[in-house]
Amino acid sequence: MDILKFLTAGSVDDGKSTLIGRLLYDSDSILLDQLEALQASNRKNDDGTIDLAILTDGLKAEREQGITIDVAYKYFQTDKRKFIIADTPGHIQYTRNMVTGASNANLAIILVDARKGVIEQTIRHSFLVSLLGIQQVVLAINKMDMVDYSEETYNKIVADYKVLAGKVGLKNVHYLPVSALKGDNIVNNSTNMPWYSGESLLHFLETVELAVDTSTEHARFPVQWVVRPQTDELHDYRGYAGRVSSGSFKVNDKVTVLPSGFTSTISKIEVFENEPEEATAGMSITMHLADEIDISRGDILVNSNYQPLVSQLIEADLCWMDTRALDTTHTYFIQHNSKVTRCKIQETLYKVNINTLEKESAEDFKLNDIGRIIIKTADPIAFDPYEENKANGGAIIIDSRTNVTVGAVMFRNVAD
Amino acid sequence: MSKHNQLDYLDQLEAEAIHILREVAGQFERPALLFSGGKDSITLVRLAEKAFRPGKFPFPLVHIDTGHNFVETIEYRDAMVKRLGERLIVGNVQDSIDQGKVVEQKGKNASRNALQTVTLLDTIAEHKFDACIGGARRDEEKARAKERIFSVRDEFGQWDPKRQRPELWDVYNGKIHKGENVRVFPISNWTELDVWNYIRRENIELPSIYFAHERDTIIRNGQLMAANEVLNMDADDVIERRTVRFRTVGDMTCTAAVASDAFLIDDIIDEISASKISERGARMDDKVSEAAMEDRKKGGYF
Repeated sequence: MDILKFLTAGSVDDGKSTLIGRLLYDSDSILLDQLEALQASNRKNDDGTIDLAILTDGLKAEREQGITIDVAYKYFQTDKRKFIIADTPGHIQYTRNMVTGASNANLAIILVDARKGVIEQTIRHSFLVSLLGIQQVVLAINKMDMVDYSEETYNKIVADYKVLAGKVGLKNVHYLPVSALKGDNIVNNSTNMPWYSGESLLHFLETVELAVDTSTEHARFPVQWVVRPQTDELHDYRGYAGRVSSGSFKVNDKVTVLPSGFTSTISKIEVFENEPEEATAGMSITMHLADEIDISRGDILVNSNYQPLVSQLIEADLCWMDTRALDTTHTYFIQHNSKVTRCKIQETLYKVNINTLEKESAEDFKLNDIGRIIIKTADPIAFDPYEENKANGGAIIIDSRTNVTVGAVMFRNVAD
Repeated sequence: MSKHNQLDYLDQLEAEAIHILREVAGQFERPALLFSGGKDSITLVRLAEKAFRPGKFPFPLVHIDTGHNFVETIEYRDAMVKRLGERLIVGNVQDSIDQGKVVEQKGKNASRNALQTVTLLDTIAEHKFDACIGGARRDEEKARAKERIFSVRDEFGQWDPKRQRPELWDVYNGKIHKGENVRVFPISNWTELDVWNYIRRENIELPSIYFAHERDTIIRNGQLMAANEVLNMDADDVIERRTVRFRTVGDMTCTAAVASDAFLIDDIIDEISASKISERGARMDDKVSEAAMEDRKKGGYF
């Protein structure tokens, strides 16, 4: 069994809360306290059935209290797979929350209301999903019950969305006509849409292929910690602890330490008391090298034959996440995996209007703004373009005055 | 480009938690691991072994002792510390009471549960801890579902949902101002069932009170409590011997037992798997919902 992390994008009006509620309820995944709340509640739908949106009530309480609407994580499992839902708010003022939720997701469910079709927020959500590199998308065309389960309406929305998907660069889109309210095609196949022969949403989520890239081309290992017991019997033990962020390493592979450029060979891979021959993406390991070279936290080990880009001047996409606007004269910190160094945003090239996808001039970068910049770093950064290798292509900007995370950066290329 | 299937879910969760623990080691000067004697913090200790062995832990274990712990918990703690050869710091709620910093509750429902927070904050201040690793999980309650893995606390130890930092990919921002500290939750993405499955897979020893055993009990406010000297019992309390187990390990005054025949870890996993699948519309089994309540309480003060 493995884990699928998915994001849900849409607003309450699209029936997002009901969709999540329906998934949890129809798959018998409701937590006990929520079930109690559900039973105690007087909130009912018009036809007397219980209102499943209650299951995401955390968000409603937030709204009542006027606090920031945030990503909420929900957990459920079937006998096929474990699921982690990042339930993100869909409104434009919470763009940064959606970016946060999208950063860790393998798949996104984008909701549209069958009565409205592809609208401005669909463009925005699709753009953000593509920007954060989520390749697998489900377009859930919801409220089919409100359009008499019309195949024609469904086909029109699918055709419209194909144009949009092409524009924002989403390749794997799975289309699904659903009614979260009535339960059509969520967990159980609908009998109301005989023209649709595809699988239900849950079945799709259970079976969609989740492969990780374990190619040696992308073998990347950021060092987090150096294990040195310094005891009598382990006097010379020196292990580099970290997680393989992408690709795979084997014993005897030739590796290069960046940014220093020193090279050595892997003499041993340890996973606690085991010594596997190979370590693949996602594994937390301790690596040993044949030569004694200077390596510390913040360095990255890569396969010597396939090196990432190394630069102090990088072109990148930036999502600004702070209420205080970007200051191009200020020195920030940038954190890329275990590496932290100082940086300046040297130039802002353009911003993207995320509702229309048009490029605009970028005199300022305010909360939720997204666009292209050139970043200058104090130490060189060893990165891959985000679209080629997410795990080594993303970084955060930290404001040295407040210590708060103020920006998300997706590296694109070395700047000329 | 070669592609593989993802790691098994327990391997994924384990690797993520180890990564987080190593980030704590790398980013902080004076971290600590909060150890309660419960299964979640026992799991954290196991993960710390996997993250740092054959080296020493880069942090001490810190136990906030209410003085009302089950004797089995303290025995387990001391044996574990001895086996690990790691440092244990104990913050005693009794000391906070003696110093007049907190006042012991009176009456039948008196508990030292709420007093722990003061002792915890004092212990953090005394040792100048800048990061405290805890075993809280996001599936425990709604507020927890929104908490970051690196959760910044102000000088007063408070969590402010409005000031949460965006947390992207697996890049954790541990930069703080003097006086602040970070609570770190490496098993945020684990569910209760995941923890049990991991304990089974890793063959981790637990305090005996997690498993069904015979014990003198009373019923207090509809809950099964262990009859003992720290409960203010009176003539109304009828002591009865029952077969019970505890789903959480906390203060004896507020940790309820459940009637259970789960003598083995497989029985416990069956019991929990069953309780997660609710019969729609049906009344929940009382003993199970009591336990759920207990879980929530635990989330609240930690």
